[in-house]
Amino acid sequence: MTLSFLLLAAIAILGAAAAMNLKNAVHCVLALTLGMAGLAALYLQLGAQFVGLTQLLVYVGAVAILAVFAIMLTRSRTGETVAHGSASSRISGALTALLVFAVLAWAIFTGISPQQLSGAQPEASVREVGVALMQRFVLPLEIIGVLLTAALIGAGVLAIEEKGGDR
Amino acid sequence: MPEMIDQIFVLLKHWIMGYVPSGLQPLCSAILSVLPVLVVFPLLFAITTVLERKGLGRMQNRYGPNRAGPWGILQPVADGVKSLTKEDVVPRSADQLVHLMAPILIVIASFLVYSVVPVGRNMVVADLNAGVLFFFAIGSMVELAVFMAGWSSRSKYSLLGAMRAIAQMISYEMPMVLSGVVAIMAAGSLSTVTIVNMQAGYTGIWPHWYLFTPWGITGYILFMIAATAESNRCPFDMPEGESEIIAGYFIEYSGFKFALFFVAEYLGMMASSAMAITLFLGGWAAPFSFLTWIPSWFWFFAKLILMLMVFIWIRGTLPRLRMDQLMNFGWKFMLPLSLINILSAGLWHYLPSGFTRWSVISLLLLLSCFLLSRSLRRNKWFQERTYRFAS
Repeated sequence: MTLSFLLLAAIAILGAAAAMNLKNAVHCVLALTLGMAGLAALYLQLGAQFVGLTQLLVYVGAVAILAVFAIMLTRSRTGETVAHGSASSRISGALTALLVFAVLAWAIFTGISPQQLSGAQPEASVREVGVALMQRFVLPLEIIGVLLTAALIGAGVLAIEEKGGDR
Repeated sequence: MPEMIDQIFVLLKHWIMGYVPSGLQPLCSAILSVLPVLVVFPLLFAITTVLERKGLGRMQNRYGPNRAGPWGILQPVADGVKSLTKEDVVPRSADQLVHLMAPILIVIASFLVYSVVPVGRNMVVADLNAGVLFFFAIGSMVELAVFMAGWSSRSKYSLLGAMRAIAQMISYEMPMVLSGVVAIMAAGSLSTVTIVNMQAGYTGIWPHWYLFTPWGITGYILFMIAATAESNRCPFDMPEGESEIIAGYFIEYSGFKFALFFVAEYLGMMASSAMAITLFLGGWAAPFSFLTWIPSWFWFFAKLILMLMVFIWIRGTLPRLRMDQLMNFGWKFMLPLSLINILSAGLWHYLPSGFTRWSVISLLLLLSCFLLSRSLRRNKWFQERTYRFAS
């Protein structure tokens, strides 16, 4: 519980909370991005460079831009306000949040405590991650690659205009 | 003696650190590492602006700035004073907070990138395990800042400029990363320091830079083209497009905020050049083995200034592309070629070294380059065009 951890955790939580409470859709995306960046910084602080930087690359670099583009292209006016859900959706949201929190709390309390882990630190360098991906988990990696390619081609096919769109 | 001059800044830091109480040492060390970056690169930016304006002037058969100081070298000072004293106008309907954050974020991202660039032997702010990944991750933050600037201004032109800029940056980020991958493959590491160290040897007088391999030079050229597009410079400066959308995403910024965007653009250009130097041009290594007595940091900055000159030269030479040409070029030429380049770098690793390897890989790359450009031209480029939105 160092000062930097508390700061980064505060940034992540503030970003996530703001993403839920702000009125403007673009503001929500920006706040969510802040939360994601805070999470990435937390990973980096824990020494998981690959995960942290990938989080930054994927969420700040790609997902945020994607969300922003989606908002820009689907809403007629820029930065239209978002309607916050009805009572039923609020209740279901609260229930989901409670469940997730319960699962996480259970995992934390029944898992290995940090004292037991204090011996040899596990190696999680970029090299280790790469070796694991390319040797042990090569089949899942390939399957995910094929799946994503298929999704990309499908999106392209959906987006192509039926007539005259020859690009 | 050359050894000492080579390490003079490192020694200087150690000497200062000797006077600092041990409790403050981590903080002081960080400040001493970061401060030179914050001083040297803006200074280099100032020099580059003069070089650019003088060089462009020379290429366009005019004088360029020649009033402030001897030969106009004080022009950046005048520019700085001008932008500092200008009124900072914020549009009334602008999103005040986001409008303010955008230039700050873009400058922070532009500076953060330099923390993994080795500017000399033992001279890097942070030798990260995943340095190259850090470079690209932080580089992607720029896109978000560009969007923030364009969207928060509440102006058609700035939003159009931001959309153009983001589309272009996303399209060219992939070829940039993929063309950089070959150097990572060859070095077997994502750490910038290791990549430079792997290129530090010499055969005879010739260095072991990755540039001097078929896949290396292909990767380097692809990387530089993508870097030009990433930094929104000519011939890829549609996001700015003065004749179409006035100035793009920073049109509603004035005074020092505008200057910050300007700084960020040049810092981004220099960062891309620095990364290209690190990946393909041997970083701080001397170009010939008999020149190693010249300090390593000198070589790094000499290469950097040379690359900036090439950027200026290209800007003065090439006309602006059209948006569809840009996208076609990015997705149908750069991306496939960079993928083929990765493949050929892999082949290169497993083929026996010698003339065969050279000829096979060169032939493969040249052939694919030729075929890809043929397929680009096939796409009715020279037919009559119809303007969908401007009739």
